[in-house]
Amino acid sequence: MTQVKLDKFCLVGAVAALLALIFPLAGIDGDTGKQVAFVGDIPGLASAMALCVIAGAAFTWIGVCTILHAGILLAVAVFGAWQAIDALYDYGVAGYASTGFWLFIISLWAFVWRAIDVIANYHSLETVKQQSANIIVPIAFGVWLLFVWEVVVSGFGVPQVLLPPPSMIGVRFVSSTDTMMADFYQTFVKAALSGYVMGCGSAFLVAIAVDRVPFLKRGLLPLGNMVSALPIIGVAPIMVMWFGFDWQSKAAVIVIMTFFPMLVNTVTGLNAAGKLEKDLMATYASGYWSTLFRLRLPAAMPFVFNALKINSTLALIGAIVAEFFGTPIVGMGFRISTEVGRMNIDMVWAEIALAALAGTAFYGAVAYVERKATSWHPSFRVRRH
Amino acid sequence: MSGHSGPVCVVLLALLVLWYVGAVFMNAPTQIDRYDRADQTWTTSQLIEDTLAQERPILPAPHQVVEEMYKSIFAIKITSKRSLVYHSWVTLSSTLLGFSIGTLLGIVLAVGIVHVMTLEKSLMPWVISSQTIPILAIAPMVIVVLGAIGIKGLVPKAIISTYLCFFPVTISMVKGLRSPQVIQLDLMRTYNASKWQTFWQLRLPSAMPYLFASLKVAIAISLVGAIIGELPTGAQAGLGARLLAGSYYGQTIQIWSALFTAAFLAAMMVVIVGWCERRVLVRMGVSA
Amino acid sequence: MTLKQVVDNVAAMPASKKAVVDIKDLSLTFQTADGPVYALSEVDLTIEEGDFVSFIGPSGCGKTTLLRVIADLEKATGGEISINGVSPEAAREARAYGYVFQAPALLPWRSIERNVTLPLEIMDLSKEERIKRAHDALKLVELNGFEKKFPWQLSGGMQQRASIARALSFDADLLLMDEPFGALDEIVRDHLNEQLLKLWARTNKTVAFVTHSIPEAVYLSSKIVVMSPRPGRIIDVIETKFPKDRTLDIRETPEFLEIAHRVREGLRAGHGHDE
Repeated sequence: MTQVKLDKFCLVGAVAALLALIFPLAGIDGDTGKQVAFVGDIPGLASAMALCVIAGAAFTWIGVCTILHAGILLAVAVFGAWQAIDALYDYGVAGYASTGFWLFIISLWAFVWRAIDVIANYHSLETVKQQSANIIVPIAFGVWLLFVWEVVVSGFGVPQVLLPPPSMIGVRFVSSTDTMMADFYQTFVKAALSGYVMGCGSAFLVAIAVDRVPFLKRGLLPLGNMVSALPIIGVAPIMVMWFGFDWQSKAAVIVIMTFFPMLVNTVTGLNAAGKLEKDLMATYASGYWSTLFRLRLPAAMPFVFNALKINSTLALIGAIVAEFFGTPIVGMGFRISTEVGRMNIDMVWAEIALAALAGTAFYGAVAYVERKATSWHPSFRVRRH
Repeated sequence: MSGHSGPVCVVLLALLVLWYVGAVFMNAPTQIDRYDRADQTWTTSQLIEDTLAQERPILPAPHQVVEEMYKSIFAIKITSKRSLVYHSWVTLSSTLLGFSIGTLLGIVLAVGIVHVMTLEKSLMPWVISSQTIPILAIAPMVIVVLGAIGIKGLVPKAIISTYLCFFPVTISMVKGLRSPQVIQLDLMRTYNASKWQTFWQLRLPSAMPYLFASLKVAIAISLVGAIIGELPTGAQAGLGARLLAGSYYGQTIQIWSALFTAAFLAAMMVVIVGWCERRVLVRMGVSA
Repeated sequence: MTLKQVVDNVAAMPASKKAVVDIKDLSLTFQTADGPVYALSEVDLTIEEGDFVSFIGPSGCGKTTLLRVIADLEKATGGEISINGVSPEAAREARAYGYVFQAPALLPWRSIERNVTLPLEIMDLSKEERIKRAHDALKLVELNGFEKKFPWQLSGGMQQRASIARALSFDADLLLMDEPFGALDEIVRDHLNEQLLKLWARTNKTVAFVTHSIPEAVYLSSKIVVMSPRPGRIIDVIETKFPKDRTLDIRETPEFLEIAHRVREGLRAGHGHDE
């Protein structure tokens, strides 16, 4: 007798889908006293549930062994998710979802998890295949989280002032592009970018100057390290007083916030060149500037880029938070604080999504330049699995 | 010549001098204006003296800030709403609560990521990219939304701090738990050690330096979260509220003293974490 | 023999063999927290043009320090030293020597070619000249074809060859090598030793070579300087008479074994009192 090893996740999925067909789909409407919707009335959802039962049962026996199996499982889950959303909004289940519906979601969860699991453990010697698997996993996971957010918020009928569903945020995002572009321009382009460039640039130059004076270097490094732990963002009200409501005060906050990480990293980086390499330059009777440009600055680049990356996040935070202390009537921070006051939470989420996009894109751009500029660095070339 | 304290003191002294000079120059225009309106003749020494003693200066002099801090920390009863000790405690309590929960959450998440391949591949990219998002932007929303459903005071601020500090902890702990070398892991295999034994005997101890490095970041950022969390509540209590109230009423000395208190708190907490780090590392036999 | 003949002989000898490095009563003392460390003491040595001089001795005997003093990377605290008749500092500023370190010390952000042209850039040579010389130097170490590769794409032995090419690129007459093959395995090492010998025979450069391998020292050198620690000093100078175009086979000859034996005896004598 051969021992049959059942696939637990698929079993859970199949059983949950089967139960979903039996249990009531939605609760009872308070006004009419009738159940809001039945599975039988929604052919799409019923077929999705049936499909889940069949697919789950099948994979419980044969196991999810290949990428193809995982793909089929994922496709079934996507179809199910689509039907679930359909049932929520087109058949009025939203706000009344009951045991049957949630069992179905659990079934979908089991399938998605199992499929992601298989794809995550996929190993291929072909880089393209391996990389696409590595990208699919987090994306599928992220999309699944968004789906759960959507379904839970509308299924339970969570008030929109508390947490709007992502679809609503998306609609708001698209419909108020003009406002958001203006906010983006004010906060990111005017304040964050200019502050970032000024802060990083001046710190870089100061670092090179400080590096020539060992006494200053020893005095500034510990202080600089300490400063990075301080809540510098608190200078925002002072800067608003000094430089007014417009972007200049935000840029000033950012200059202060980004200065010390850059200073500390550059000074550290300038001392990162190895002893042998310094001796080598000495044997060539290479002068200060020649050694600086040929050896010490290139060796410092990984550190400088590290600071540039840290600062890219700090710049956006500084710009947004500084706007909480006073601003003209445009800007991401301004929008967030006023719309929160008006309980337009979907607009707040749209702004947060914009901030997240801007932050990630900014960071990504710096990381891209880093990769191009310091491709020689070991952290970029050791990419073996 | 090799120590750090000498140069640090000199740099601090230079900053102090710079501050005084800056205070004189920045406050001089308003002071001269005031003289002119009062038709008063003035000398340079009088001008300097007056610029350093304004009630609402553009840049308060260091001694004014120190005086204000002394007054509001030692001279006033700590239960008073004007005591900085009271406001500090409000901020500190939510900082510490958020820090504890965030650290715990961060460690648990890291253990999960290290042990479950699927979690690593699906969750880790999001944890890393979330570092690039200006998370502080959600602070007002969390406060107001939670306030709307009746959750007020300590908890919403602690939630922001939690949220801010669990990311750095997760990322360093994942790195730390992965830091044992292959030969060390192979050694554990030769003993046929279980996953748990490997975790307690090898992974966790090797992760300690990484944990403490991230804790220093986390406690600092946790304080920032608590301060920012106090802004949208309409300035009731806490160092953030002091900052906001100060900026409403142009009380610059109050802003600066709140700022310095916050900086002092942050420095103290980092020092305490550093002290714990040394204690733990010494007990683990790693010479600090 | 007349007096004139003697004078002529004496005059003729240095004319044919010029002293490249001249060291008299050299000493170097490091001041440390535990008291002074006598890294070098009473060192007398002349390295003549075309010599291949090996420095051998246990670690801490000052052989690397001596090389660094010659290169002006370390300053002597006593005695006299001259390179090509001038001070080490002046010699360094005149780019009188090429230095090869224990590790390749290639700059990771530069291609092999750009690593080799680094000293030429610092010396302000034109671009065509730089590329031509880099090409020639890489050919000497049999690395032509690897110009565009980056250091990490080469094996350890190839990296060290690139660093030798870099030292050769500006055609200094003096080559200072500090255990250049110490980190390589024996097979690669033998191969590089052969190549180095060929290079030496072809170019008539003067080489100062630090090693802690007796066979390597005997095989390569025209003169072996045996050193001993605490304080770092020279205890024996052995001349070998092998031709410049020697091959690895000489390692089985009685002369080779005899010299190796003498080096070993010298090392043991210098070591005897503290072990």
